Amino acid sequence: MTTVSKYNRPTRFPDLPVRGPTGNELIQVERAKASFDVNSLSKFIYGEEYLAKQDKIVPILESEPVFDKSRRYFQGRDEKIRDAWKKDKRFLELAQKHNWDSKDQNIAHALYDQTSPYHLHYIMFVPTLEGQCNEEQRKLFLEPSKRDEIIGCYAQTELGHGSNIRGLETTATYIPETNEFEIHSPYLSSAKWWIGALGRTANYAIIMARLIIHGVEYGPHTFCAQIRSLEDHTPLPGLIIGDIGPKMGYNTVDNGFMMFDHFRIPHISMLAKYAQVKPGSGEYVKPVNSKLSYGGMVHVRASIVSETGRALARSSTVAVRYAAVRRQFYDVTTPRKWGDETIETSVIDYTMVQYRLLPVIANAYALMFTGKEMLRLYHLNIEAMKQGNFGILADLHATSSGLKSLTSFMAVEGIEECRRSCGGHGYSMFSGLGHFYNDYLPTMTVEGDNNMIYQQTSRYLLKTYRDVVAGTAQPSEHNLTLTYLAQYMQNPKAKCPAATATEFLNPEVILTAFGFRAAAGIAKVAEQIDNQGRSWNDALVDLHRISRAHCQYFIVRTFFVALQHATDEGLGMAERKVLQTVASLFALHLMEKDLSDFVLCNYLSPEQLDMIKQQVQELLKIIRPDAVALVDAFAIPDYMLNSALGRYDGNAYVALTKMAEQEPLNQTQVVDAYEACIKPMREYALKNRKDLSKL
Amino acid sequence: MAGGGFDNNVPTKFPKLSVKWPKGSDHLKAERAKATFNVDAVSKFVFGDDYLNRVKKIVPILESEPAFEKTQRYYQSRYQRIAHAYEKDKRMVELAEEFKWDDEDKRIVNVLYDQVSPYSLHYLMFIPTLRNQCNEEQRELFYERAIRNEIIGCYAQTELGHGSNVQGLETTATYIPETNEFELHSPHLTSSKWWIGSLAKTANHAAVMARLIIHGKDYGPHPFCVQIRSMEDHRPLSGVTVGDIGPKFGYVTIDNGFLMFDHYRVPHISFLAKFAQIKPGSGEYVKPANARLSYGTMVLSRANIVNGSGTTLARGATVAVRYSAVRRQFVDSNEPRKWNNQVIETPVIDYTMQQYRIFSTVATVYALLFTGRKMIQLYHLNQKEMENGNLGLLADLHATSSGLKSLVSTITIEALEDCRRACGGHGFSLFSGLGYAYQDYLPLVTFEGDNYLLTQQTARYLLKTYRSVVSGKAEPNEHNLTITYLTEYLKSPTAAMPVSTGAELLNPEILLTAFGYRAAYGITQLIEQIDNQGRSWNSVLVDINRVSRSHSAYVIVHNFFAALQQASKTELAVPERKVLQTMAYLFALHMMEKDMTEFLISDYITSTQAKLIREQTLELIAQIRPNAVSLVDAFALPDYYLASALGRYDGDVYESLVDFVEKEPLNQTIVIDSYEKYIKPFVYAGLKRQKNESKL
Repeated sequence: MTTVSKYNRPTRFPDLPVRGPTGNELIQVERAKASFDVNSLSKFIYGEEYLAKQDKIVPILESEPVFDKSRRYFQGRDEKIRDAWKKDKRFLELAQKHNWDSKDQNIAHALYDQTSPYHLHYIMFVPTLEGQCNEEQRKLFLEPSKRDEIIGCYAQTELGHGSNIRGLETTATYIPETNEFEIHSPYLSSAKWWIGALGRTANYAIIMARLIIHGVEYGPHTFCAQIRSLEDHTPLPGLIIGDIGPKMGYNTVDNGFMMFDHFRIPHISMLAKYAQVKPGSGEYVKPVNSKLSYGGMVHVRASIVSETGRALARSSTVAVRYAAVRRQFYDVTTPRKWGDETIETSVIDYTMVQYRLLPVIANAYALMFTGKEMLRLYHLNIEAMKQGNFGILADLHATSSGLKSLTSFMAVEGIEECRRSCGGHGYSMFSGLGHFYNDYLPTMTVEGDNNMIYQQTSRYLLKTYRDVVAGTAQPSEHNLTLTYLAQYMQNPKAKCPAATATEFLNPEVILTAFGFRAAAGIAKVAEQIDNQGRSWNDALVDLHRISRAHCQYFIVRTFFVALQHATDEGLGMAERKVLQTVASLFALHLMEKDLSDFVLCNYLSPEQLDMIKQQVQELLKIIRPDAVALVDAFAIPDYMLNSALGRYDGNAYVALTKMAEQEPLNQTQVVDAYEACIKPMREYALKNRKDLSKL
Repeated sequence: MAGGGFDNNVPTKFPKLSVKWPKGSDHLKAERAKATFNVDAVSKFVFGDDYLNRVKKIVPILESEPAFEKTQRYYQSRYQRIAHAYEKDKRMVELAEEFKWDDEDKRIVNVLYDQVSPYSLHYLMFIPTLRNQCNEEQRELFYERAIRNEIIGCYAQTELGHGSNVQGLETTATYIPETNEFELHSPHLTSSKWWIGSLAKTANHAAVMARLIIHGKDYGPHPFCVQIRSMEDHRPLSGVTVGDIGPKFGYVTIDNGFLMFDHYRVPHISFLAKFAQIKPGSGEYVKPANARLSYGTMVLSRANIVNGSGTTLARGATVAVRYSAVRRQFVDSNEPRKWNNQVIETPVIDYTMQQYRIFSTVATVYALLFTGRKMIQLYHLNQKEMENGNLGLLADLHATSSGLKSLVSTITIEALEDCRRACGGHGFSLFSGLGYAYQDYLPLVTFEGDNYLLTQQTARYLLKTYRSVVSGKAEPNEHNLTITYLTEYLKSPTAAMPVSTGAELLNPEILLTAFGYRAAYGITQLIEQIDNQGRSWNSVLVDINRVSRSHSAYVIVHNFFAALQQASKTELAVPERKVLQTMAYLFALHMMEKDMTEFLISDYITSTQAKLIREQTLELIAQIRPNAVSLVDAFALPDYYLASALGRYDGDVYESLVDFVEKEPLNQTIVIDSYEKYIKPFVYAGLKRQKNESKL
């Protein structure tokens, strides 16, 4: 140890410039090419209020040591989670100091971009109490939870059960003698598992358990109970609680497990806004209307869809900016000039890179508009339900399931495609996309596993189809399913009328194609299940296809419709034009990926397939000069990106070296393992050599 | 720390409860009883006895060695993992001697241990480079000392601003005639060597690629072998700046480094002189004789990638299939699953969507393993031919190996991640064993030729071959499949697939012809655009990628069917042959289904046939269902390798998850130390606010 100590000084790069032109020079050239005004487009997407709030909050976070992000990529899980607790405490203080409202707080969370142990308290525990407490329980649980006096989690899934809530094993048996419930885990597989904030943080929990009264089973119900001492934080007797260990991402949350050994809780613990158990007699009073809870699910899913748009915006920002800066090979046929000098071509000029990246930009815009539309429909539906009108709910709920599944899948694929398109440096954590991918992944599983919930959509689509066939469906302007099904039934042998590639730029033509393809798929599966006796399980692959087709229709339509109204909402002509092109690229690229679906229903001919492929290439060419400006319009600050490659100023290589200087291994000249392992290995080799020479 | 009044240092333990029946191991036993074939026989056919015996011999050794323990890695930070990796590398040298491991044994050890280490690149790149590029004097000075580990090296080629384009490297090596030295220099920040494995903290030597400059003339990149650290105390030599490039998505146990030179002088002998040479004093440059020889090595390394991909994906498939057989979800009301007359939830392996996802991956694994094997055979064949001066095989083999590396690693990475996702929520836990696997496999998509760039090499060759077939200059050869399918296509370019029922698709001839037709059609379209419509290379890159993919898909499908056809009856008995044949059909149809649009655009298949392909795929999946677990058992991957709670051979996944969780560092105390500092104040702030509010 002592022999190396004199070299304990950090490694620094020499003060050299990058080989010119610099990233900054290259990206400025890109910005000069834009055909539209970036700020106008940002305002159109987010509104001025959001952007102003963001501008106000970023400098605050940047100046707070606890919110510093530079250590994040070097830390192990243990250090990370400790920092997260620290940050949560400071967050509270900042929110008070700057009078942040809930919008401000959401923006600050989004910018900090790392989930924390308390996150589940706010997004699951408090909302569940809001939704399920009776008056007494609101005072007892909800109000203290809002003041952070009690910190809670939401304990539903178990070691052996995730999506199937009806299969949960934990029991809650009513004990009339003491007017208590006894919560119990009969098997190892009954352990509550994956519960965020439970592992080491929460002192309360919402617990889903099978209600048993006088030996009769009533299925899963909701309980709220204290689980740790408010004095010294130790788990209460009868409970075993811990952390479920390291995950691929999300490591700043203490996802936990909990087992109950005949754990008694008072009668008041059963959340009683809907179902109730009468004290003493144990009489069970049924909930009135369970439909109401669907509204909440729609909201959560609409938020997820909005998030998917932002996730793609972020990853395409990094990938597109770096693609403009990163140069690779001299293109002999069309050499890139810088002044008089030939330079290597920026990778964004290669058509393959454009084909990979520009559709991600288009997806980002499409999903942002879709998220907005879902939130609008959510509020519309809430109003309608208040008037006793449940007409929108079924379609909205079904569409939200399929959309959650489809869009979170699109986001995950897009993030990873962006990371890979950054080449070797994309694999460095400093790209900012590796961590992000890992943290984003659970979106595909939570709030309804993507591989399950599409079935809700499919079930609804089949039901609607049957209604339309039977003539019992009631048309509504908000129900697009009925619209495209009715159109299909008028002429199930219709063909796409496009005769040239440019005709595929017509929104009407595209939308009709997506509607026809969805309807034809639904009709086919309905026929198989209803008339040919095909089982549900047997048809799952096709059921997945129709959910996907339906949701794609919804997204494509939403994008086009948003642009139709855009000029009324103050979008300039230049901005509208570029978005129109982006919308066409979005729709045609989506079509290109699923072309066989369109051919199998005999709607498109092989010649038309070729036209679509050509048109996609054309659109890429048109969008190319606007690529950097289109991601700039996403207005994502460098603080949020935390990426060497995606910086606004384009100086990717300088940033990489600055970040590398902070690597812990670079803080000494010689690594500790030298004395313990490296040196002995060499001595061993030298000794062997001597032994050999003696022979 | 926390509160006091109780002993906080009590690890959390689970109660001694069983899981809800049936246990995972009950499920897997039932699955194994359904197999229609002998698992060991398939393992032997695929891997050979020698390999299986070596694995059996080595696994218990590694399992009993603390330095080779694998569960810690899930809890450790990068810094801890890298420290552990050094220990393991030291122990590896000792074990190799103790057990007299040969190169194949050592390769197997590395596969089983399944984690790169700081010394990896010394063995994988430094030594092979010296082996190929040293002259006699240099062999003794560098190569022989390197194989004895007296010097430890790395291979420093890529730079901060340059990866795939070797011609664009910025580091210079200027010959100084006065002293007969070279001066290595990094003129810009972007010239820094970057991503160099084993460089940051381990290597004391480096093979450096730098632009050779003699008397002001630039001769392009050449290799040098130079010392970079003191042999006394390991500090970097003066004129050298070296360090670690920081954390990565995976591969964290290797010290990928950067290296900058400040007018750093090295002696004349440093220039690796087997091929090009520089005369001392005069500085006269002597050109290398034949550069083609190095292509052979590239073919081998790509063949190894294909093989390795098969093993990695086998791991994904093993975990996903076994866990799917154990994991139950929902009672299927149409066809309720019974266990001893009681209805249980249905194992997810019985849902067709799950089957559709994971069975095609099982088939893909077999396809990759057979293609890897075939490539290695062809590599050896080609080496022999080249020794006899026959370069006839090389071009096709090299081009195909580029396309295959690209397609295979693309398929593997997608399917591997899908296997992890098919494990539902628990797939996200590192204890699935698939999270690290994905992160560590990823670099294969970029290195040894970026996957997108590589397809250009293949396409260039395919276009050239097409032109020579058309002009009648191509010489047919049993090993050149390109000429075979192009010739067939040119005989009848308007052919259509002669299939009217799903069953007719189950014919190797029919399927192979379809893949050949589609590949050839794509090539003709590309030729039309480039040769007749004057399209630039850049403007058709998307189609270039498609053509390479089609060609490579043909090769993999061909190799799968051929491997089964060529197997004798003793090598492969009827039940084993039957199940592998089904695998081959599933693989081919699955690949067709994925790229259906291309088959449709070429007019070789109709939309009705496309429907048949979809239906037949589902048919095959149903046939495979009873053999699913046995088909992954035949991959013969030991639990030590899998390091997975979900993929264990015995199926007791939940018990295993619980064991892993008890080792989590956060579970070693009852109350976390952050409680006093951060959690308690948080709660008290709430209480205080309430008091303040109530005062108002």
